[in-house]
Amino acid sequence: MLIKNFFTKKKKYASIPSEKAKQEIPQGLMLKCEGCQKIFYIREWSKHLNVCPECGYHHKLPAHDRIDSLMDEGTFEEWDQHMTSKNPLNFPNYEEKLLKDKEKTELAEAVVTGKGKINGNETAIAVMDAQFRMGSMGSVVGDKIAKAIERARELQIPIIIFTASGGARMQEGMLSLMQMAKTSIAVERFNRSGGCMIVVMTNPTTGGVSASFASIGDYHFAEPGALIGFAGRRIIEQTIREKLPKDFQTAEFQLEHGQIDKVIPRSELKQSLSVVLNLHQVGGGQA
Amino acid sequence: MKQVLEFEKPIVELREKINELKNLTKDSEMDLSDEIKTLEKRLEKLEFGIYSNLSPWEKVQIARHADRPTTLEYIEMIFTDFVELHGDRLYGDDPSIVTGIAKFCNIPVTIIGHQRGKNTKDNIYRNFGSPHPEGYRKALRQMKLAAKFNRPIITFIDTKGAHPGKAAEERGQSEAIARNLMEMGSLQVPIISVVIGEGGSGGALAIGVADKLHMLENATYSVISPEGAASILWKDSKFASKAAESLKITASDLKELGIIDQIIPEPKGGAHKDIQYQAEQIAQYIKDTLMELKEINRDELIEQRWEKYKKIGFYE
Repeated sequence: MLIKNFFTKKKKYASIPSEKAKQEIPQGLMLKCEGCQKIFYIREWSKHLNVCPECGYHHKLPAHDRIDSLMDEGTFEEWDQHMTSKNPLNFPNYEEKLLKDKEKTELAEAVVTGKGKINGNETAIAVMDAQFRMGSMGSVVGDKIAKAIERARELQIPIIIFTASGGARMQEGMLSLMQMAKTSIAVERFNRSGGCMIVVMTNPTTGGVSASFASIGDYHFAEPGALIGFAGRRIIEQTIREKLPKDFQTAEFQLEHGQIDKVIPRSELKQSLSVVLNLHQVGGGQA
Repeated sequence: MKQVLEFEKPIVELREKINELKNLTKDSEMDLSDEIKTLEKRLEKLEFGIYSNLSPWEKVQIARHADRPTTLEYIEMIFTDFVELHGDRLYGDDPSIVTGIAKFCNIPVTIIGHQRGKNTKDNIYRNFGSPHPEGYRKALRQMKLAAKFNRPIITFIDTKGAHPGKAAEERGQSEAIARNLMEMGSLQVPIISVVIGEGGSGGALAIGVADKLHMLENATYSVISPEGAASILWKDSKFASKAAESLKITASDLKELGIIDQIIPEPKGGAHKDIQYQAEQIAQYIKDTLMELKEINRDELIEQRWEKYKKIGFYE
């Protein structure tokens, strides 16, 4: 601070915030619900695992917060933590985008895999994070998921996969598309060994992820209101030239159309998952 | 109606000029044979220059050409005793995927392929080659029969993609594609896939998990259409040619990336210029591949298939 500024102290007036300013929310302290538009303290928000305490809207949950919310304390052991993407096609601006999302999410890629215990039940887990490149599946995401399924097979433990993805990652072109085959064949091998695979679809689960490992689990659960589907709403509307109903491609819509087993609110997930895992320990062939 | 592509116009114009001169000499006493010869040489050079330096976007145009031969045409030329089989036994029959059994070099095989229409009416019937879930489920039914009767599977890929529609979503488009990917991983018979036109993302892959994947020289295979990528990246589908380059969708690019096994040569200007030649080429590649795969024991075959897909990807 310059000395002259020290003497010329500016007088501060109390100001009334404009309507616009009121709508804006201080960064890092408060958040606006995407469902009911109400504003909440982040602290209160995280207490509810990013579910709106007013309207129940399920917001995105960072991968590690998800793991913390499910796994018994101190049991989680992460796999392939440092695998990161390269730019195999020299796709314009891809590296910059990766770097930005690494900083934003503090993740190396869009999925975290590992194993741990849920209410004492040992399980492998893969959690996708939609904040990293929309959770899109490129080489690393595909490979980490396939590796996790393979490890679960070797360890003879179940696997739970939380999906959150806009689909295949465009910037890795056909290498991304082939991850659909890789992950799906990994599931097939897991099935042949008698493994149990639970998929929990969260917002959004679409495109190439929806059309590969996400849709071939033994049990399909979803969070309320999650967008689940193959093609994007805009593309479908353009193709069929009509407006789609509001609930189109929601978890509830998929339940109605026989694509998922159950819609489970986030607050009940740990309990529900541990019940299902436990049922497989009692009657199933796995220890 | 012959569809003329933008970059082919100079060739067409020159050829017309040559024909004009030829007609002129026919009707008059003038001898223009020297001029005609010169022009024909120039035409040859021009064709070579254009067709041997096609950009990815120009290849997309060829792959989408209205006259480009489709699955059914190749079936007729390559196989004998073809019996088309219909329906998924669950919901309906999808004409945008053709399935059946036939003989190839005296071996019974199962054939599955996307089917585009050859004209507007046909295209509407075939839904422009974009399948609904019942198409993929019909394909799966055929694949399981192939495994049961120990028949190799040959698939032809030629689609813009799985149909993005309301009914398709309601009937589980994602599940239908995913299940095929999974099941194809464990079929204990050889699977050979050939991309004959456009390979459009998951809708193409759903019949394309194969022991060997070949592509026609001008075919394309992409995770997203160049127009789609352009509108996401540059907010304008006009940049499709730029996207086509960035996405690496041509046979030569994909060979380099290790995604495909072999490139099947096309006649100058594309498969539609000489369908007979093209069919013979495809038949030869299928035959060689089949001989190669025939030797592999069944368990080993699916293990190798897994190893092949497991390896695809670049990372640190």
